Amino acid sequence: MSLNIVGKSVQRLDAVEKVTGKARYSEDFFERDMLVGKVLRSPYAHALVKRIDVSKAQALPGVEAVLLPKDLPAIKFPTAGHPWSLDVAHRDVADRLILTGKARFVGDAVAAVVATDLLVAEQALHLIEVEYEVLPFVLTPEDAMKEGAPVIHEERPNNILSSFGTQYGDIEAELANADRVFEGEYETSIVQHCHLENQTAFAYQDTHGRIVVNSSTQIPHIVRRIVAQALGLRWGMVQVIKPYIGGGFGAKQDVVIEPLVAAMSLAVHGRPVRCTFTREEVFIDSRTRHSMKIHLRIAASNAGKLHGIEVKVLSNTGAYASHGHSIAMSTGTKFRPLYHFRSFKFEPKTVYTNLPVAGAMRGYGVPQMFFALESLLEDIARELKLDPIEFRRMNLISVGHQDPLTKNVVRSFGIPECIAKGKELIRWDEKKRAYASQTGHLRRGVGMACFSYASGTHPVGLELAGARIVMAQDGSVTLQVGATEIGQGSDTVFAQITAEVLGLPMDMVHVVTVQDTDITPFDTGAYASRQTFVTGVAVRKAALEARDQVLAIAARKCGLNPEELDIRGCQIVERALDRTLCSLEDVAMDSYYDRIYADPIKSDVSANVRVNAMSYGVTFMAVEVDMETGKIEVLELYNVHDSGVIINPKLAEGQVHGGVSMALGAALLEQLLFDPATGKPLNNNLLDYKLPTMLDTPRIHAAFVETVDAAGSFGSKSLGECPVISPGPALRNAVLDATGVAFNKIPLYPQVVFEKFKAMGLLCERSVEDVQHLSPARA
Amino acid sequence: MFNISVLQEPETLEAAVAMLKADADLRVIAGGTDVLIRIQHGGDGWSRLLSLRSIKSLETISLRGDGTIVIGATAPFAKIFLDPIIREHLPSLAEAAVSMGGPQIRNVATIGGNICNGAVSGDSASTLFALDALLKLESQDGERIIPIHEFYAGPGKVHLRPGELLTAVLIPRDSYQGTGGHYIKFAMRKAMDIATLGVSVVCRVRAGKFQDLRIGLGVAAPVPIRCLEAEAFARGLEVTQANCREIGRLAVKASKARTSWRASKDYREHLIEVLTERAVLEAAKRAGGLHAE
Repeated sequence: MSLNIVGKSVQRLDAVEKVTGKARYSEDFFERDMLVGKVLRSPYAHALVKRIDVSKAQALPGVEAVLLPKDLPAIKFPTAGHPWSLDVAHRDVADRLILTGKARFVGDAVAAVVATDLLVAEQALHLIEVEYEVLPFVLTPEDAMKEGAPVIHEERPNNILSSFGTQYGDIEAELANADRVFEGEYETSIVQHCHLENQTAFAYQDTHGRIVVNSSTQIPHIVRRIVAQALGLRWGMVQVIKPYIGGGFGAKQDVVIEPLVAAMSLAVHGRPVRCTFTREEVFIDSRTRHSMKIHLRIAASNAGKLHGIEVKVLSNTGAYASHGHSIAMSTGTKFRPLYHFRSFKFEPKTVYTNLPVAGAMRGYGVPQMFFALESLLEDIARELKLDPIEFRRMNLISVGHQDPLTKNVVRSFGIPECIAKGKELIRWDEKKRAYASQTGHLRRGVGMACFSYASGTHPVGLELAGARIVMAQDGSVTLQVGATEIGQGSDTVFAQITAEVLGLPMDMVHVVTVQDTDITPFDTGAYASRQTFVTGVAVRKAALEARDQVLAIAARKCGLNPEELDIRGCQIVERALDRTLCSLEDVAMDSYYDRIYADPIKSDVSANVRVNAMSYGVTFMAVEVDMETGKIEVLELYNVHDSGVIINPKLAEGQVHGGVSMALGAALLEQLLFDPATGKPLNNNLLDYKLPTMLDTPRIHAAFVETVDAAGSFGSKSLGECPVISPGPALRNAVLDATGVAFNKIPLYPQVVFEKFKAMGLLCERSVEDVQHLSPARA
Repeated sequence: MFNISVLQEPETLEAAVAMLKADADLRVIAGGTDVLIRIQHGGDGWSRLLSLRSIKSLETISLRGDGTIVIGATAPFAKIFLDPIIREHLPSLAEAAVSMGGPQIRNVATIGGNICNGAVSGDSASTLFALDALLKLESQDGERIIPIHEFYAGPGKVHLRPGELLTAVLIPRDSYQGTGGHYIKFAMRKAMDIATLGVSVVCRVRAGKFQDLRIGLGVAAPVPIRCLEAEAFARGLEVTQANCREIGRLAVKASKARTSWRASKDYREHLIEVLTERAVLEAAKRAGGLHAE
């Protein structure tokens, strides 16, 4: 099939709007006399509210309402942005209240105020008097699982949210009988998404008493369900509107602020109330990435053939469940269709602690796993004196591989080509030779790491998407999807698919970018790198239906069979003769105004995608390490992806740039820190939390190996989350190559690097020759 | 939303000092990059402000006849970085200026604000210490000029008297003429960050020997400091790598680094040693004193 628009770097639909500042985000919408809501947060990591006096706050002029837990429905609700499950056993854990009488982390919401402006609201917070009974707290899973540890949720007396594991084959026998058993423990830190737009929403009751919530969310249809659940309302009483959003990365694949803002509005008789988190609040009361300790044992032959893998994960989910249990399962699942292990055992423990809530974040537990796996594989290759690339290659699965547990089948497998391409791009062999014998305080090295990932959540979750197309009188179409544009460019990709199928130029396809649960087709939202793969199927189906209707009318007009016709460049063409019969506009006009046959062209479809496609890729990286200061500089970086057919290369590159930058931040600098004595956050702001700036980000090279996967729309596979997975271990392996030092915890913060060098005696006397290489500008 | 109840915007220095004298509760705001953060964090006593932004004369950078460089207190860092006088005579101050914040911050943040904020991590401080800068302080009752090292009182505290304004930073000719200088900001990020350590070195080299060496350190003690023992040791010493390393070691002696969650004492002291050596080497090179050995 020859494609005209799919596969081209067409400009994103929202580019001009966003660059000129005309694109409207939630805070750009106003209702009359909008009030402001603010949250009173616990200063203690674990405490009971014994007494709370709001009389002074209520008396402050401008305060319209003060909300306490007792004023709200005592309904615990789940917050994770998953499709609802009819199977009770498969539902998310409902452990959250809008406001709580028991604070479970520093920052937990114990009361809220609604006021005429922000200053009054903040003053009112100071006037609320709270008496707490301070409880002992725990910050680490190890402490939380100890005998006698403070219980965070009564429903889970051992503080373990979930320890549901999986296995296949006989791992015990494998480990007992293997030539070699390798093991290692790897640790990742708590990081935060740092989406540009903080969590924000406003709510009001419409004239029929329904609650309207306008929110910066990835998942409007799920927000509707959870707001209704939290407030004990019928789901149809809630309408959720999602305008443009300034990033989410998973922190908005969760219900964070919406039930609260709806409750605030109800507290003032449905008047509009806006609540916007400050950056400090986003760090502590939206979501974070799970810090994990991953212990691996790998059974292998002397020749380097991998046989079995045992994965033990300790995952810190913070004070509430959110996605915790589901993320651990992703950790133990998505890495499997890459290397061939004939036996496997996965033992996760997802543990509650008195820390901010960890939830979904780009990669969904998988970057942590590949940091562990690709680090250990590197160490095995060194131990067995094998070339690390050849060692990986000889253990790869192949097309046709079926995962014993998910039953997902690998239909395309471009990783061997990705590895070959990356190796060539970075000039691996040349650099290996050049870096072979270095002296001086600046040491260079190269490293690589591979990954696998899935497209959507099948078979774990429902993958349903909806699309609707209406053709206007001029032959242009309006496309509506329930899937959300969150900056990744999905609207543009859906427009490309529509234009391709209908033979239209891009400017004849209009996409309604705002989702409104009253109007838009049902789709569960932006997550799991699912949209092109899943929603793309629905869009294609809707476009094909519209096309059929166009050709049926055209056939009637010209007396030919629809099969003989095609739409090309807004004309109806007879295929065999390449002859223009009439214009698309003629057909569209007939569809509206024919006195007998008028029936405007429209389609409204859903697609339930019950397959998955594995995506692959590799990072190749060269680094330079300052042996005196512990600073690491990325010199060169290539991310090579097999994401199937690339629908829009420019957008795909953008995904890679953003994902790699996020991964490097987590690998080098980013970590949310807490005072061990109090549980208080130490760096919940963008000065002290070291999100890399443009100057800290190296030039990132994206490359693609295009396979065609039978499962997806136009052969595409996932890409959104993929780029964030392999840079971390590639960096760790490059640093190992440069220095001989294996770091098994990220970030590789300069002081941590220094301390390890010092402990290993690597900060020895610097030679004079060394000093001459000094480049002070690098400090 | 900021809790600001009064904002005075005098257009002359005379009016400003009169307002300060008349209303002891007024707090001074220049670029606002520190003050607004305080207000946002609920800082008490910051709701009544006197802004210096309309006093254009306070932004001027000039070279006086006696060779003294006068930097107006509200000169923003972007202007300092681009100023031809600064670039020619005080290149290490230009380096410090451009290391600060990001472009938007540098467009509004002022050198006077940086000093009066009293932060030990202030990017201008270590260089101004190394340059033996003088501060001109004015009030309705008169003016006084003091060396910058007498101004810092403690973390976030300076010896600014009630009713007094910092109006200019003065760098006498003797402090900079014939010197080479270098500023190293060691931070976790390359922009928009506070220094883990700031090292600024100014030196004169004659016949391959240090004639004069001044080392200013930021974030090495509760206030910015000079490394007097290391400086004395250097005087008359040959410019060699080995000597620079020794100077780095001695610089640690002047410091009073402490452990915080941002960095450990051990790491900070190691950085002082390593980075002082690097800064001294580069400054000496720029002073024309480091030859290939």
